[in-house]
Amino acid sequence: MQPFSFSQARNQDDALVQLRQSGAVAIAGGTTLVDLMKLDVQSPAHLVDINSLPLSRIESLPDGGVRIGAMVRNSDLGHDETVMKRYPVLSQALLAGASAQLRNMATTGGNLMQRTRCYYFRDPAYAACNKRTPGSGCAALEGFNRIHAVLGGSEQCVATHPSDMAVALVALDAVVHVVGPQGERRIPIEEFHKLPGTTPHIETALQNGELITHVTLPKSSFAQRSAYVKLRDRASYEFALASAAVAVDLSGSTIREVRVALGGVATKPWRSHEAEQALTGAPANADTFRAAAEAALKSAKALRYNGFKIELAKMALVRALNQAIQA
Amino acid sequence: MSSTEWNRRSFLKVAAAASAAVAIPEAALSQPPSESRLPPTSKSIRLKVNGTAHQLTVDTRTTLLDALREQLGMPGTKKGCDHGQCGACTVHVNGRRINSCLTFAVMHEGDEITTIEGLAEGGTLHPVQAAFVEHDAFQCGYCTPGQIMSAAALLREPIGPKDDDIREAMSGNICRCGAYPNILAAVKAVRNQRS
Repeated sequence: MQPFSFSQARNQDDALVQLRQSGAVAIAGGTTLVDLMKLDVQSPAHLVDINSLPLSRIESLPDGGVRIGAMVRNSDLGHDETVMKRYPVLSQALLAGASAQLRNMATTGGNLMQRTRCYYFRDPAYAACNKRTPGSGCAALEGFNRIHAVLGGSEQCVATHPSDMAVALVALDAVVHVVGPQGERRIPIEEFHKLPGTTPHIETALQNGELITHVTLPKSSFAQRSAYVKLRDRASYEFALASAAVAVDLSGSTIREVRVALGGVATKPWRSHEAEQALTGAPANADTFRAAAEAALKSAKALRYNGFKIELAKMALVRALNQAIQA
Repeated sequence: MSSTEWNRRSFLKVAAAASAAVAIPEAALSQPPSESRLPPTSKSIRLKVNGTAHQLTVDTRTTLLDALREQLGMPGTKKGCDHGQCGACTVHVNGRRINSCLTFAVMHEGDEITTIEGLAEGGTLHPVQAAFVEHDAFQCGYCTPGQIMSAAALLREPIGPKDDDIREAMSGNICRCGAYPNILAAVKAVRNQRS
């Protein structure tokens, strides 16, 4: 690990000033950052500890939504009664992620900033990684790419986004609130994570010097009837090979409005407008669900070792829809 | 003590005493050593571990795990994977279990840290420790401190009553010997005592 200097942010303004130093990076739970620093994948010159910022509250908003502070721990959010009742897909996604110890550390803001689990990204012994070193190539394209993306990849990068939480947030129309030297911004969750394209090293809409302050969930007709299904190599404490977050508003047995997001199969938390289109206005039954799953994966592109993910993602989506309508 | 009576643990204790870390009474802690002579990549910090405050100087890269083991002479907390994938390093920070390998020591001034060395009270084993003995919930023992710290924290967490709920809540602690059935039995026994 490279040496670094360290300071604590006393408050939000202090954090923003400190983050303007060259090479400064904010540290919250540290579960991604410390790991990647040990691997020499990230080598910040200065760490700003933001753990004492007062951003640890989950508040119900007057308009019926919920505001989640960026420093709320994954365990607190996953077990929060309001979230469990009104946004079950978010609770389920959080509690399906990592382990109890890691969830006690990991924060809402930090989870949004998680980096990929691509083996080649995480191991600097491989020179070729466009995400780590722009222009160096992609070792995964022709390498062992079993865990890589079938959706949203480019010729420069096929690394999957590892978050469960963010997939649920996509199905809930969440908004990410950030603050920086130019003031505050609201970023819809769908625009927060970036497709790799020709710039896989740019992963989010967060600019240098900006800080996530909170995430808001709007009131919606579909959030309450929602579910998360995660499929992986072992039953617990593992990243998704494929996952699905769905939120459904039913009118009788007809789907009035729906949100569909996929995880583990795409380069970013993946909203499937195609699946939503196939579901909206249709009867909630097995045929509709299978048609939606086919639509969601229609543009999927298999690499040498990850073709199995296409069917796996379809099954995750069908199962999530079944769970949601029974909720 | 003759040299042949030296064991690994007494060696670690002496090594720790010779390092910069010392346990000091509360009163003496009001004036930490001047930082002016330290490089920006080192820091003088105060850690409260098992109820005792320690003043120590650390390289900022020192994880909480390494500070406990290498500087404070508490080797009970184990280093397995060192990447948050095995749970051997589990300690409690302010009553909650975390992986001490994925956090820097400098981030924990003012926190109440509890390690396996501080779990027993007044010479009486913590109920989880006693249950691990009773149910033979280990083989080689390397993951055991982490398993016990996890199980002790689990008792305060909002998890369901079923065996599968315990299995899920303990999934962050890997046991390569495969002592899981007995670990489950031990955790279950303590939960039953308490309900």
